[in-house]
Amino acid sequence: MAPETIEPTAPPLRAPSPTPTYRPLHALPPPFTSSNLEVLTQGAEALVYRSVFLTPHTPCVVKYRPPKPYRHPVLDRRLTKARLLAEARVLVRCKRDGVDVPRVLGADWEAGWLVLEWVEGRTVRGVLDGWAERGASVEEGVVGLMGRVGRAVGRLHGIGVVHGDLTTSNLMVRQGERKEEGVQGEQSKGRMTTSEMRMLAEDGETPSFPSVEAKRQEQRDELEGDIVLIDFGLASHSTQNLQDEDRAVDLYVLERAFAATHPKAEPLFQKVLSAYGESFKGARAVLKKLEDVRLRGRKRSMLG
Amino acid sequence: MIALGLEGSANKIGIGIISHTPTKPPVILANLRHTYNSPPGEGFLPKDTALHHRAWVVRLIKQAIRQAKITISDLDCICYTKGPGMGAPLQSVALAARTCALLWNKPLVGVNHCVGHIEMGRSITGAENPVVLYVSGGNTQVIAYSANRYRIFGETLDIAIGNCIDRFARTLMIPNDPFPGYNVEQLAKKGKNFIELPYAVKGMDASFSGILAAADVLAKGLDESLPDEKRLKTEEGELVTKEDLCFSLQETIYAMLVEITERAMAHVGSKQVLVVGGVGSNERLQQMMGMMARDRGGSVFATDERFCIDNGIMIAHAGLLEFQTGVTTELKDSTCTQRFRTDEVYVGWRE
Repeated sequence: MAPETIEPTAPPLRAPSPTPTYRPLHALPPPFTSSNLEVLTQGAEALVYRSVFLTPHTPCVVKYRPPKPYRHPVLDRRLTKARLLAEARVLVRCKRDGVDVPRVLGADWEAGWLVLEWVEGRTVRGVLDGWAERGASVEEGVVGLMGRVGRAVGRLHGIGVVHGDLTTSNLMVRQGERKEEGVQGEQSKGRMTTSEMRMLAEDGETPSFPSVEAKRQEQRDELEGDIVLIDFGLASHSTQNLQDEDRAVDLYVLERAFAATHPKAEPLFQKVLSAYGESFKGARAVLKKLEDVRLRGRKRSMLG
Repeated sequence: MIALGLEGSANKIGIGIISHTPTKPPVILANLRHTYNSPPGEGFLPKDTALHHRAWVVRLIKQAIRQAKITISDLDCICYTKGPGMGAPLQSVALAARTCALLWNKPLVGVNHCVGHIEMGRSITGAENPVVLYVSGGNTQVIAYSANRYRIFGETLDIAIGNCIDRFARTLMIPNDPFPGYNVEQLAKKGKNFIELPYAVKGMDASFSGILAAADVLAKGLDESLPDEKRLKTEEGELVTKEDLCFSLQETIYAMLVEITERAMAHVGSKQVLVVGGVGSNERLQQMMGMMARDRGGSVFATDERFCIDNGIMIAHAGLLEFQTGVTTELKDSTCTQRFRTDEVYVGWRE
């Protein structure tokens, strides 16, 4: 051991005071006011709010990408515009081709906001957590849910879209009646005029802000309901070079997310994969690629 | 306990001596470094760098021991960089470490270079459980700690950020002394015009090679011997300067780094960020990171060039932490490796 008298020849370790911390409130650009906004989540890029659109009874999601103060304004505008438009385009394409995603209601890429249809329901993550709490029994309901997840992802990949961040938090189980295979028709209309939207909102049933009663019903029915894919901020679309690699990474990320939920959820993932394998031409090749991605093992432990 | 640390994974040889006393902050007894600089327009080659390290290692160890005012018998262990890094320089320093260990009959501890940076950064700044951005000439990683491992959440898909800056500097014939990143930073302060460069972020990963390719093309337009109409101009018709390119490079690549760090912070729910590695001494990067952290209600921790840039102290520090958990490296295992991922190390000294 060193004698206590040794003088340090280099300056002693010091702790510099970290920069002061405060959270500035982001003001939303018009036409939004903060009065009827409810923050749902702050992601890395966007703040997600619940609000209403056009009528006070049409709930919607506002995804706002505030300007990043650290970025050069030119770069910031370029990135915000490109990403917002890419997300909106992928969503519209999905809707048109029969993939269940939130409808795009409006967007302003200069101001950085995107308004999406409100999806009533819970995330698959929340549903699985509830299922795990109830004892994680391999019942029919949860097996059925897995099949629907697999088919939903398969349909997405089948039209050439890769999600890019496919976690269980980005999959929702829509509350209410199931109409899985019947997504054609009114639902699949990508383009709507404002007046159409307003009419829809006015004669549609009053929007459901969930009551206590609805919550209970939801718990009983939570394993039922269509799968809706959300958060396409990192999605990409390509028609030509079939990106089996990217699709396989999508599945890999989803698999890791399942594993992080519950030990029993991991074997259930087989059901997702077998449903996926049947869902589109080329799905088998993706499952083969998934084995390579697993072996590579990058990001093995980044979730949970 | 006192440890001697030997670092030489790239163009710097660092010798450090650190003392740990239980319940007290570590004390640095010596922190010496010598850098091998290649002429402008060239990078450092492994064989020349190894030669440099071999020429300096004995001198630096002697001087460090003298400066620390300790005797050999005070040393508890000898720590050296096992990897990752350039093969030849790593080997020459590992050889010196083995020699000292045999000569003085001391245990050896092989240290992961990245873990060295992280532990040094944590110790100096007092950041407890931050998301770590490790950015240097050879590494670009976003790391968070979980269950006895430093897990890599995001990283470069091709070249390291520092490598990108160094090669960019080489294209523009910016000198390598004291280091290219510093010179680029000084030039960038005088730049005004923002020139668009490729911006490639994929989830929590980033890619920098496209920027180099673009810089090569842009640099040709700066040549003063070209006729005026062929020279690179902004939309307003101003001539683009070397300073503008440095400015644009910094704005682009640091924005990419801040973005992937922010995504990792959102992912793990952390509010602290620690920046380590040579590029971490860049003030513009620290400033941008600070603005991001503030927006998330968090804070950024950074160190100065004595600890950001490769040094022997961090190797001694991380090695001694490991040594205190009872881990040593047998002589027959005291190899080095160019590939040594951060998450391979079992971090036994943290909860």
